[in-house]
Amino acid sequence: MIKTDVVIIGAGPTGLFCAHQLGIIGLKCEIVDNLDKIGGQCIELYPDKPIYDIPAVPECTGEELTNNLIEQIKPFKFNFHLNDRVQELTNKDDNWIVKTTSGKKFQTPNVVIAGGVGSFEPRKFPTKSAEKFDGTSVLYSIKDKTIFKGKSVAIFGGGDSALDWAIELSNTSKVSLIHRRDEFRGAPASVQKIKELSEKKIINLFTQYSIQDVKGNGFLEEVEIKSEEGETKILKADYILGFFGLIMQLGPIAEWGLNLDKKVIPVNTENFETNKKGIFAIGDICTYPGKLKLILSGFHEGALAARGCFKYARPNEKYRFEFTTASNTIKDRLGVK
Amino acid sequence: MAKIKYIEHNGKEHVAEVQNGLTVMEGAVQNDIPGIDADCGGSMSCATCHVYVKEDWYDKLPRKEMGEDDMLDQAYKPNSKSRLSCQIMVSDDLDGLSVYMPEKQV
Repeated sequence: MIKTDVVIIGAGPTGLFCAHQLGIIGLKCEIVDNLDKIGGQCIELYPDKPIYDIPAVPECTGEELTNNLIEQIKPFKFNFHLNDRVQELTNKDDNWIVKTTSGKKFQTPNVVIAGGVGSFEPRKFPTKSAEKFDGTSVLYSIKDKTIFKGKSVAIFGGGDSALDWAIELSNTSKVSLIHRRDEFRGAPASVQKIKELSEKKIINLFTQYSIQDVKGNGFLEEVEIKSEEGETKILKADYILGFFGLIMQLGPIAEWGLNLDKKVIPVNTENFETNKKGIFAIGDICTYPGKLKLILSGFHEGALAARGCFKYARPNEKYRFEFTTASNTIKDRLGVK
Repeated sequence: MAKIKYIEHNGKEHVAEVQNGLTVMEGAVQNDIPGIDADCGGSMSCATCHVYVKEDWYDKLPRKEMGEDDMLDQAYKPNSKSRLSCQIMVSDDLDGLSVYMPEKQV
């Protein structure tokens, strides 16, 4: 059990700046994120796209913004728990017990939900029959590519992940690539390479086809694909890989007894606390009259939520407002002279 | 202004009068019509406002711009009549348009 002042759910810009504000006022925090990297939507959806509305930064990319925020909180040495998702929140006296999917446990008086539109999950096949092979022979990411050696692999998708893996695995496996239309959205060089491999009959390419059914007795044997005209084909497959991008799902947050307005959490605008004491929501996931889904609004919300956390983390102390330009205590915390 | 018919996967129909300049997605969201999530708010960066456009209407709509098909690759069960409803701008010409919602968006 890790004891801390605050658990932040979500390592996007809002969660990161809230961590900074907690550090400034002398609180400790632990940051949990479902992705394998820090940065949230900025890094997952638009790492290279310029952002033009960060105050005093005329232009920066999602990746630059993330790197600067990481740099800014470095002095506080907060722990990140990546590739992990908060599953359960239970109330115990004046604390919350936070449990993650990997089995980590935290005890904290404050939880800040900075979860964006929810956690990123791979989009799965719509086919019911694919579910029973999920995680064994129907996969949405690759951890160990050696398992495919000498096997028949059916890869679905038209983006870079699908194309790159089709090219890579065609060295050692019998690869079929299936996509719903003729155009691919992957890098032009990869598309060219796929066409070459298809002409040389190294890869079986099926465009304008989608998955229809998955067959196998105990273990996966075949996948049926279907064109929009209704023509079907059966392919032998030991593994099926789906690369349809990531979707955002609210996930377990919906089960914590918080008031929800569709997929967002109503908060007050004084400290962004939800209907549950000690649970705050900031950034895209919170709502209040006039809410703007801007990164700068998330920063403001994080700063105020941090002060809200102080009240529960240090019930016997009085929070004193200080400027970073003037306070020696803050300078100590930042490690500057 | 255009009258637009939104048809849920279970067949339930909703008709809304949508102002010119709004999108088909906004017409659904503002009228509390279920079946269109629009998580990203209309910036073509999710695929949760996916609809199927009725055959005879599909060719009459302004064509897809770059990127829409890439996003649709990531939608739930897309087909050749799929559109992102946030990319269909409403005008008088769209009066009588019918769109079908998929079984689910995510």
